[in-house]
Amino acid sequence: MITLLYFARLREALGTGREQIDLPAGASTLGTLRAQLSQRGEAWAREMAAGRNLRAAVNQEIAGPDTPVKDGDEVAFFPPVTGG
Amino acid sequence: MDVRVQEQDFDISAEIAAMRSGNPKIGAIASFVGVVRDINEGDSVATMSLEHYPGMTEKSIAAIITEARGRWEVLDALVIHRVGTLKPTDQIVLVIVASTHRGDAFAACEFIMDYLKTRAPFWKKEITPQGGRWVDARVTDDRAAQRWERDDKQGK
Repeated sequence: MITLLYFARLREALGTGREQIDLPAGASTLGTLRAQLSQRGEAWAREMAAGRNLRAAVNQEIAGPDTPVKDGDEVAFFPPVTGG
Repeated sequence: MDVRVQEQDFDISAEIAAMRSGNPKIGAIASFVGVVRDINEGDSVATMSLEHYPGMTEKSIAAIITEARGRWEVLDALVIHRVGTLKPTDQIVLVIVASTHRGDAFAACEFIMDYLKTRAPFWKKEITPQGGRWVDARVTDDRAAQRWERDDKQGK
């Protein structure tokens, strides 16, 4: 199982902020996981599209497409940050 | 060194007093307070709601403070960032840095704020008369943070 978190505009667009799923076969990196999530339907295809300016973290550390994802990880997707 | 993410307001005088009490090495304290504006991109803002990523937010700000300590003499540092619902004129973020001399305090305070804007996972949603709107990240904030990357090699 992995925990998936979505924040801010992305959370609203996808209609969920948190879910736990079995790590999909072949999704061994953040990039491949994102590609698999984009297959889930219209909103997912639009929000997770490769050209979309999304940030991600694995286990609360900023991560890139090549960052490995393994069972038990916490993976978060979110728009560019706007605090301060 | 302290990082707090909270809904409550903060009192800069009390925080500075607490920081300098009992530390006679401190010769300079620089601070920054961010405040909610009533106008953004031409629309009046009634309220603003702030979302964050609990856990990662605190860790990322602590990492920014650690990086600042590697570049300048930082005797103490405090970051308080508010979340939840805020309205124009409310305080939103506080950065306080204590050092021996002002140069390090000013630089570290500005660095922490610039990195917080581009690295700490907070998101603002403005509620305007036209409805809710997530605030877009600003290119100017990216540039402000990149400035410090160019200066990386200069150190103290």
